[in-house]
Amino acid sequence: MPDALPDFTPVTLITGFLGSGKTTLLQRLLLDPRLSDTAVLINEFGEIGLDHYLLERIDETMVMLQSGCVCCTIRGELSMAIKDLHSRRERGLLPPFRRLLIESTGLADPFPILSTVRSDPVLRHHFSLGTVITTVDAVNGARTLDAQPESAKQAAIADRLVLTKTDIATSETADHLTRQLRRINPEAPLWRSAEDDLDAEALLSGEGVERRGSVDCCGDAPDPHDHHASDIATLALSLDGPVDWTRFGVWLTMLLHRHGDALLRVKGILNVADAATPVAVHAVQHLVHPPRHLDAWPDEDRRSRLVFIARGLDPALIERSFRAFSARR
Amino acid sequence: MCALCGVLGDAEHWTAAVARPGVFTRNIDPASRRRERIKQVAEANRILHHYGMTVADWQGSAFVLSTATGKTEIVDNLVHLWTAAERLLGRPCDPLDADLVLLMERELA
Repeated sequence: MPDALPDFTPVTLITGFLGSGKTTLLQRLLLDPRLSDTAVLINEFGEIGLDHYLLERIDETMVMLQSGCVCCTIRGELSMAIKDLHSRRERGLLPPFRRLLIESTGLADPFPILSTVRSDPVLRHHFSLGTVITTVDAVNGARTLDAQPESAKQAAIADRLVLTKTDIATSETADHLTRQLRRINPEAPLWRSAEDDLDAEALLSGEGVERRGSVDCCGDAPDPHDHHASDIATLALSLDGPVDWTRFGVWLTMLLHRHGDALLRVKGILNVADAATPVAVHAVQHLVHPPRHLDAWPDEDRRSRLVFIARGLDPALIERSFRAFSARR
Repeated sequence: MCALCGVLGDAEHWTAAVARPGVFTRNIDPASRRRERIKQVAEANRILHHYGMTVADWQGSAFVLSTATGKTEIVDNLVHLWTAAERLLGRPCDPLDADLVLLMERELA
């Protein structure tokens, strides 16, 4: 007998700039038999959608959203399309898919898509946010990150980074881009599409830092001479002693209200006073995921650890503010 | 919706998440919900008093925000609190305002 459907169907977003290999990645993932029970929703900017033909899988669980960008002009259609999939699944008109993959246009800001799933009055009771997978073209990625703010944002909020076209890029170019990405997003696991085995389970499972249970800020060190995406700064801070949850909540809500657009990412694990196990927090701009109880500490370190990826904000001031507002007296 | 006052239930705020598997919340039972809400009001007031404002709980379902001159607004949750505070105040409530950070640091010292 098949396993029961999960209470909340995880939604994975595949994003990345134009031509960065999103559809190729999706095609590769869908070859995995473990993803046979996956519904796919593709958004293309052009009038004539082509991506679904490239996937060579046309069935009723493959939905196209054309003629507009899912993050702005057709956001309502995204919500309707997911509700329609859910409705047809509930009525037995569709195979009971266990996860939903959304491939956005290369120009899309990922935040409104995540916000739709998290905040829509119907969707939030049936779907949960899974991972955000961002593809970055190893050949052109450095230039794109520098010139296209959407591209830097897509990389900054990624839970998983996939460096594509590494077979046609020089190793120096790929290494340089990796350092550049580490500066924007220091802790997302990174795959090289040509060399690495793209394990669907590792890419899709979990909900970013919450499930991995660690905030690893010690990946490949950023290049000190790298001036790309220079207005995006990463702050990793740790705090001895437990955090007052209420105080932290009031502060983070105030911070996101005023600076949510600039805070591309806030994630971390907190040693919350009166809680036996750590609590993972995860925010993308104005959107805060439900805080999660981790089963156990990932290591011996019991300090609270938080990572902020921000555009145009002073990291030193964020740290001062965090300590002044959230510290326990 | 409350049949007496006609208040619609607000959207779930992350600090007041409902208890479900894996989700951290302090909203376990009515008493803990009320306790957490009182703490939230106290913590928000710790910041708001620097702006000459106060907030109070309203029926456990909303907050009442007031200025020193008596202007009052009912808000649903903590997000709306800061939106309303800025509207009543006419300027941003910024936790990265160096002057405010300094005041908060002095309170801690």
